[in-house]
Amino acid sequence: MAVLLLAEVNNGELALDATAKAVTAAKSLGDVTVLAAGGTAAAAGEAAAKIDGVAKVLVAEDASLGHRLAESTAALIVSLAGDYEHIVAPATTDAKNVMPRVAALLDVMVISDASGVVDANTFERPIYAGNAVQTVKSNDAKKVITFRTSTFDAAGEGGSASVETVSAADNPGLSEWVEDKVAESDRPELTSAGVVVSGGRGVGSEEDFKLIEALADKLNAAVGASRAAVDSGYAPNDWQVGQTGKVVAPELYIAVGISGAIQHLAGMKDSKIIVAINKDEEAPIFQVADFGLVADLFEAVPALTEKLG
Amino acid sequence: MKVLVPVKRVIDYNVKVRVKADGSGVDLANVKMSMNPFDEIAVEEAIRLKEAGKADEIVVVSIGVKQAQETLRTALAMGADRAILVNAADDVHTDIEPLAVAKILAKVVEEEQPGLVLAGKQAIDNDMNATGQMLSALLGWSQGTFASELDIEGDKAVVTREVDGGLQTIKVSMPAIVTVDLRLNEPRYASLPNIMKAKKKPLDEKTAADYGVDVTPRLEIVSTTEPAARDAGIIVGSVDELVEKLKEAGAV
Ligand SMILES: Cc1cc2nc3c(=O)[nH]c(=O)nc-3n(C[C@H](O)[C@H](O)[C@H](O)COP(=O)(O)OP(=O)(O)OC[C@H]3O[C@@H](n4cnc5c(N)ncnc54)[C@H](O)[C@@H]3O)c2cc1C
Ligand SMILES: Nc1ncnc2c1ncn2[C@@H]1O[C@H](COP(=O)(O)O)[C@@H](O)[C@H]1O
Repeated sequence: MAVLLLAEVNNGELALDATAKAVTAAKSLGDVTVLAAGGTAAAAGEAAAKIDGVAKVLVAEDASLGHRLAESTAALIVSLAGDYEHIVAPATTDAKNVMPRVAALLDVMVISDASGVVDANTFERPIYAGNAVQTVKSNDAKKVITFRTSTFDAAGEGGSASVETVSAADNPGLSEWVEDKVAESDRPELTSAGVVVSGGRGVGSEEDFKLIEALADKLNAAVGASRAAVDSGYAPNDWQVGQTGKVVAPELYIAVGISGAIQHLAGMKDSKIIVAINKDEEAPIFQVADFGLVADLFEAVPALTEKLG
Repeated sequence: MKVLVPVKRVIDYNVKVRVKADGSGVDLANVKMSMNPFDEIAVEEAIRLKEAGKADEIVVVSIGVKQAQETLRTALAMGADRAILVNAADDVHTDIEPLAVAKILAKVVEEEQPGLVLAGKQAIDNDMNATGQMLSALLGWSQGTFASELDIEGDKAVVTREVDGGLQTIKVSMPAIVTVDLRLNEPRYASLPNIMKAKKKPLDEKTAADYGVDVTPRLEIVSTTEPAARDAGIIVGSVDELVEKLKEAGAV
């Protein structure tokens, strides 16, 4: 059966890692057609055509599709939906904005954040902040799914799918874009980084978050944060890891000054190796840590940064 | 303008969730239940709009078991004016899916004609993050999801959204559905006098059948299991030992 996969496109560029991970999840469901939509999307479509396992690429370019406004993007997907049994996307904030809308327009349920594919109708997904895993079987004619990227490996490159253009659906004209505030950074992207160093409330200030960043830079790591650190203004919102932030599963996750609330664990407990640095030996983060260090972070982190040199 | 706020009764976010041994679900009997934290933020935002003279009535609605009355009373005690309870299940373990919830909410919207629906971004039990978007689709309204700032300017709402890359600001036509994120505001606690007053505020009871909505789930729950446990780790004595262990494990 056929699968339509909404590629993650940011300002005309393909987010390769997220898209390629969703391709891996989708491959077993049928032939994968990738939809690259945006104000400009041709280059993203070309890039998607090279992902291994992609059978076909559709490119939709229209001003109304810029900035991934939900109403116009969902209308486009619904206009294409007839040919596909599965309509899927990586579980990014963009897709979480669009896909439930698509599902409701098709009168089907959405399966959010699926972490496993059992068969073409049956999927696993974490619930209760990852404290339980539910297996659900869809009785709907079409399945609309977002895939949790942290649990799938990215499909490789080497494909050479054909690329076609499709036109945008009528723009309902309900929303307009005003501005994006995107922090530019040379660091690896949080959800695809091999190493993540995260700081929590224990770090104490935006100034002292530099300690976390220095350690991250030494390890070529992405920087993450707990909700408390973001709420306190020590770190920007897009660094938040957890139930309501980003879900990461790097080779190495270093949690510094983070207590380990279940909402934080939900976003990182599938990491390969977890290191916790906390001055409170009772902190729950130690229960998931492979290596725990009970210490004052203001001494331990600079020392660790230096010794890893 | 009338503001409609859907509020869900969920397991309290502090409770340690227990998966039932027979794989049939999560144990919710005799467990502390509360208003979904995101919905508290939505109620708070509605109250602030009213205080700022931008809203004149706040209607809260909950869909589920009769015990959701308590959740609605909490919202009334915070400052909502009126509540609607839609009885759709008898067993506290039955979760009504976002699609069915959205269909019921669409009917409530038809009746109540609010200018704005403020929902939570996600229910912390099913972690679906879907209802607001689905309701918006069913009504053909605009949507502003994951809001960390909200300004009503005449017939438009300016919504700053928390997205993967940072923040995005959009302007949506009213009536609109806005789903709220954690940093939009800090919800107030209900004072004792307000809790007493809330007992006298109107709470209408309906059923899903009153709205002609079939709540049969589309997703059959095959099983609910514990996530894979992690192997026990070790406490290291020093930074040097940590570096050594990380090198041994090939992590650095
Ligand atoms: C609906 C909802 C959703 C949520 N979503 C998320 C989410 O996505 N992500 C998330 O992270 N949280 C989330 N939370 C919040 C979560 O419940 C916790 O409040 C939060 O994770 C705590 O952050 P923290 O560990 O940094 O702070 P705290 O719990 O305050 O912990 C700080 C830690 O730092 C340690 N410390 C202090 N000083 C030092 C020092 N000098 N050296 C070493 N250690 C030190 C302390 O011992 C303590 O363990 C959510 C909450 C709710 C209600
Ligand atoms: N049963 C319900 N009753 C009232 N509101 C609900 C219900 N289910 C979901 N909602 C609303 O929809 C939001 C998102 O829920 P969900 O899509 O289930 O993650 C919640 O924060 C509530 O505002």
